[in-house]
Amino acid sequence: MSDAVVTLHGVSYGVGSRRIFSDLSLSARRGEITAIMGPSGTGKTTLLRLITGQVAAQSGEIRVFGEDVRAMDREALYALRKRMGMLFQNGALLSDLSVFDNVAFPVRAHARLPESVLRALVLTKLHAVGLRGASALMPTELSGGMARRVALARAIVMDPELLIYDEPFVGLDPISMGVVVRLIRQINETLGLTSIVVSHDVDEVSSIAHQSYLLAGGKVVAGGLPETLRHSEEPGVRQFMRGEADGPVPFHYPADNYQDELLGSSPSGRT
Amino acid sequence: MIDSALSRIGRVGLFLVRVLSNIPAIFEQPRAVVHQIYNSGGRSLIIIMLCGLFVGMVLGLQGYDLLQRFGSEDALGIAAALGLLKELGPVVTALLFAGRAGTALTSEIGLMRATDQLTAMEMMAVDPVRQVVLPRFIGGIIALPLLVAIFNIVGLFGAQLIGVQLMGVDAGAFWSQTQQAVELDDVAEGIVKSLAFGLVCSLVAVYEGYHAEPTAAGVGLATTRTVVVSSVLTLLVDYMLTAAFLGA
Amino acid sequence: MKSQRSLEVGTGLFVLLGFAALFFLTTQLPGSGLSFGQEAGYRVTARFENVGDLKVGSPVSMSGVRVGEVESIRFDPNDYRAVVQLHIAQEFNQIPEDSDASIQTQGLLGGKYVGIGPGGSDIYLEEGSEIEFTQSAIVLESLVNKFFANFASKGSEEP
Repeated sequence: MSDAVVTLHGVSYGVGSRRIFSDLSLSARRGEITAIMGPSGTGKTTLLRLITGQVAAQSGEIRVFGEDVRAMDREALYALRKRMGMLFQNGALLSDLSVFDNVAFPVRAHARLPESVLRALVLTKLHAVGLRGASALMPTELSGGMARRVALARAIVMDPELLIYDEPFVGLDPISMGVVVRLIRQINETLGLTSIVVSHDVDEVSSIAHQSYLLAGGKVVAGGLPETLRHSEEPGVRQFMRGEADGPVPFHYPADNYQDELLGSSPSGRT
Repeated sequence: MIDSALSRIGRVGLFLVRVLSNIPAIFEQPRAVVHQIYNSGGRSLIIIMLCGLFVGMVLGLQGYDLLQRFGSEDALGIAAALGLLKELGPVVTALLFAGRAGTALTSEIGLMRATDQLTAMEMMAVDPVRQVVLPRFIGGIIALPLLVAIFNIVGLFGAQLIGVQLMGVDAGAFWSQTQQAVELDDVAEGIVKSLAFGLVCSLVAVYEGYHAEPTAAGVGLATTRTVVVSSVLTLLVDYMLTAAFLGA
Repeated sequence: MKSQRSLEVGTGLFVLLGFAALFFLTTQLPGSGLSFGQEAGYRVTARFENVGDLKVGSPVSMSGVRVGEVESIRFDPNDYRAVVQLHIAQEFNQIPEDSDASIQTQGLLGGKYVGIGPGGSDIYLEEGSEIEFTQSAIVLESLVNKFFANFASKGSEEP
């Protein structure tokens, strides 16, 4: 476990009285793609915010590159974030900048490069995601899949060591989805970086992950190779991995007795 | 209730400190500031000039009606100039600014929040306060006094239009009496007020946008709050400054 | 890039317009405003018993034509009079030396100004001259008081 880039140990986090995580532990190893799966509402995005230090956990230990995220001030966090890239659910491109300027944005913010070097760098990254030709477009002119690819180019432009994907497959058509899946794997292999992919698209993410975690109820309920998870006979894991409508996660939101409520005789019913 | 109001004031104050601590960064992004002066000022110019003209014309009519009862129509220029310089110019411009430029700032920053753009900047180790908030804040502070000055000139022209062209007040008397009665202190009062209102309106607009709930409804709510809070604060600050200037 | 350019030009125009307006408001509107370099002219002084609410920047006129403005007003502790310094434009350099200066009112409630009535001398006022003949501001209240005092004393003389 010495080659773990990200480790969470016994992490608890809650908002108000609502507990989101209790005693959560997982790790992501160098050079691998780690998938974090789970039903909607289990706090997958919150987990990423914990790892990147956007929110602070109440207890437990979060280490990224061996450093304790919880003990960092703003400056240390910014220094840490320069070593990581993040792909947001909808791309989060800056709407008043062109595609080129979006990709150039982190470079301009952190380095003084001659314009010609910057241009070459940005175009290389855009070429890698197949959108060199779209460099003059504005974000509003892009489709969802293209926006995400531009965001990917932006996330890798500073050559990060750790790349975090937040729901990269949501709302994409099958072709764009295939493109993004291929890009994630390609980037991971060619740049030799560590990736964390948060998703509930089981098949896509399982096809590229080296290691998978399944979150439910604020805990890791299963972890290991994607194959192991896929063939797990544990009912909760099975339901999620196979997409069954009913199981340990019930189809019905907890409610009063159906018949009583319709007839108006339930205690909470109106008269 | 008082508790939450106090903590709110505290939060706005801390936010202001955070924005101001980034001030040196504006020299690294002069273009962004220019852009925001245009967004806040240039785009409000037409509506400011139009309203200035009407306010001036109303001042011309009302002032004339009032002054001719005392047989001193010639003093119309003084009434219009002092009214515009000291009160109407800064206040009306600030209220229009809150409605035109303030709401635009709030909804723009709010939408950036709702679409994760601000978080994305945080993740790229770029402080969104420095990158997004600061140029907009400074742009607003620079733009408002200029708008006020333009409003005043157009308003004076409107008052002159009604008083001299329509009501037949002597043009020479209109201007010479105005020049005699208006003191540099009156002009300074107007400038101080417009700077203060620029600060208040810009700060409220960026604060509400930055802290908007990241949903469509949240951004809408923040925009409404910008107008309400800026307007109330503008009038409150106006009262305090007027009292201070009269006391001095 | 083109839109960036036009945006910058637009901003430039707006800022220019704003500063022009500010400049006008601070320098042209108040009579006592900031002035950058004075127009050519000469200074004369006049002493008054009472200047009323004459102000720096008030006009100086002859026969209703503006010829200059009040540059400073100070109090002379030796003869207890107000010393008013007038700035007269260069083109009006033929004002007789024995002219008189009086403080008058524009309209009933208007501002005060200095009116110069021409004398008959062949020698003209020049830089540093003093106008000898002056008439102070008419203070409305003292006029009214005088009137009622007269009225009352006349009334008491009657049998």
